[in-house]
Amino acid sequence: MAQIELSGIERVFKLGDSEVHALHAVTVAIEAGEYVAVMGPSGSGKSTLLNLLGLLDRPNGGTYRLEGRDVTTLTADEQAEVRRNRIGFVFQSFHLVPRLTAAENIALPLMLAGVPPAERGPRVAEALKNFGLDTRADHRPDELSGGQRQRVAIARATIMRPAMILADEPTGNLDRATGQDVTALLESLNASGVTLIVVTHDPVMGGRARRRLMMEDGALVADLHADAASTA
Amino acid sequence: MTPADTLRFATRAATGYPLRTALMILAMSIGVAAVVVLTALGDGARRYVVNEFSALGSNLIIVLPGRSETGGLGLGSLFTSTPRDLTVRDAAALLRAPDVQRITPLTLGNSEIAYGGRLREVLVLGTSADYLGIRGYRMALGRFLPREDLERASSVAVLGATLRDELFGIEPAVGRMIRIGDRRLRVIGVLEKSGQGLGMNTDELVVVPVATAQAMFNTNTLFRVMVEARSRDALASAQRQVEDIMRTRRDGELDITVITQDAVLGTFDRILGALTFAVAGIAAISLAVAGILVMNVMLVAVTQRTAEIGLLKALGATGRNIRLAFLMEAALLSLAGALVGFALGHLGAWGLRLAFPVLPAWPPDWAVYAGLGTAIVTGVLFGVMPARRAARLDPVQALAKR
Repeated sequence: MAQIELSGIERVFKLGDSEVHALHAVTVAIEAGEYVAVMGPSGSGKSTLLNLLGLLDRPNGGTYRLEGRDVTTLTADEQAEVRRNRIGFVFQSFHLVPRLTAAENIALPLMLAGVPPAERGPRVAEALKNFGLDTRADHRPDELSGGQRQRVAIARATIMRPAMILADEPTGNLDRATGQDVTALLESLNASGVTLIVVTHDPVMGGRARRRLMMEDGALVADLHADAASTA
Repeated sequence: MTPADTLRFATRAATGYPLRTALMILAMSIGVAAVVVLTALGDGARRYVVNEFSALGSNLIIVLPGRSETGGLGLGSLFTSTPRDLTVRDAAALLRAPDVQRITPLTLGNSEIAYGGRLREVLVLGTSADYLGIRGYRMALGRFLPREDLERASSVAVLGATLRDELFGIEPAVGRMIRIGDRRLRVIGVLEKSGQGLGMNTDELVVVPVATAQAMFNTNTLFRVMVEARSRDALASAQRQVEDIMRTRRDGELDITVITQDAVLGTFDRILGALTFAVAGIAAISLAVAGILVMNVMLVAVTQRTAEIGLLKALGATGRNIRLAFLMEAALLSLAGALVGFALGHLGAWGLRLAFPVLPAWPPDWAVYAGLGTAIVTGVLFGVMPARRAARLDPVQALAKR
């Protein structure tokens, strides 16, 4: 059984009178620990797919089984619980809370999960150290560089030790060198066993993934494996 | 999310936008301060009047002739429709009541007073020796009316202070003969200046024995009888005894009205209490306005922080987490505003007391609690709608917004 199983996923947006098929008959399975890049032109449905995978959006048709469990029928609060415990998000524009310090931003998922403060402190401190942010703990996002901000966001995404990380253009707002650092960081997390799914325009970054899902007009047009060994 | 975390998160959110928070607190505090100051003013006025009344002596019962109430068809009312006179004998009979300490009959009339070549209109009060003690007046010179039989018409008079000055100037008054109407009376004393009492000015009064006044005005009835009970607690029983005695003297028909000082006081108390309530109600409108302002500010906050709400949802916040966080923020803003307003209101009341020392301008407890309570309740109630809106936001759309 694969970690993620999508079958016949449909997603239709209504724009006025017309209907837009953002996703059409998407069927794919992703194993735990895979490194997948979702690629394709703008409007091909990459982000919609990522939102569906992250339980931020619901499909109009088809089923999504996460770790063997059909998650499309869960209530909003049950989905929130799955997101909290199993999924880490990394966004192009970082999405840090501006009034909170780096440490507080990283602690947000722990706080939402109701982890007591005494336990939060050491875990946040450890995350700050692992991501090279120890000296930046008390800085607000506007006092951090782009790369530092994305490192805070990644620390936040991993603090709950999720099973998968969903990254939407994680290097899109960063310069080349910083982008490579962030990519390396994400890849090292993947190497430790976390499933990594990255949506990207960047062929360089996409090329590093062991598996590439090519999308066009809401449909999966190619499923490329860098090495035959990891074929599902 | 633990309650402590919700509180901390909401506090950070409130302090994260200092100008907005300060304005919000200001609006709410003005509402609460208005309630506190205005009720302090209203209640101060009430207490002032009540105190003034109490100073008159609060164990007084006043007996007036006639009945203001409509009774049933009794035997008495078949034979007569006009009330019988309230006489000096009636007044004297009241002294038999065990809870009555002293009584004084009152007759009033207008006449002319003359001394030397001077003549003026004067209000003549016919009463007895106990009047002085019951009303708590003091003599400036000489003595008050002698203690004697109520039906004895002695030819003596006591002058009010102003009257004395006008008639006698620098001459001594006590011992001189004056003329009131067609009677000659000897001045035996002068009242101390007391200023305007409720209803009549004793400084321009001439006081004579009740029988003298009745003869002067050719009447048998009294204007009223003042009865002093032994104590405040005995007031109710004394009133009952007075009514019983009068009923017996009038063949079972009670054609007099008995009112207590308490009843008069109670009326004023109620009127001014109602006034305080009305003023509090008006001030409460500003609290409602502040509540709507809380809603407005929170709605703006939801719009401003849409991306943040989307992020929190992506991080696993439930709708309940978000609703509570926003509700808590609204409650905090209202609470802070209420407390600041409470302090401002007390400052204002203090200023009032400083400006008008006679006015005991303390806000009543009920108004303070109602003000604080209303502020917090409106704040939270008006916070519900924005909080629900925040909780219902679609995370994908919320995240897409910058």
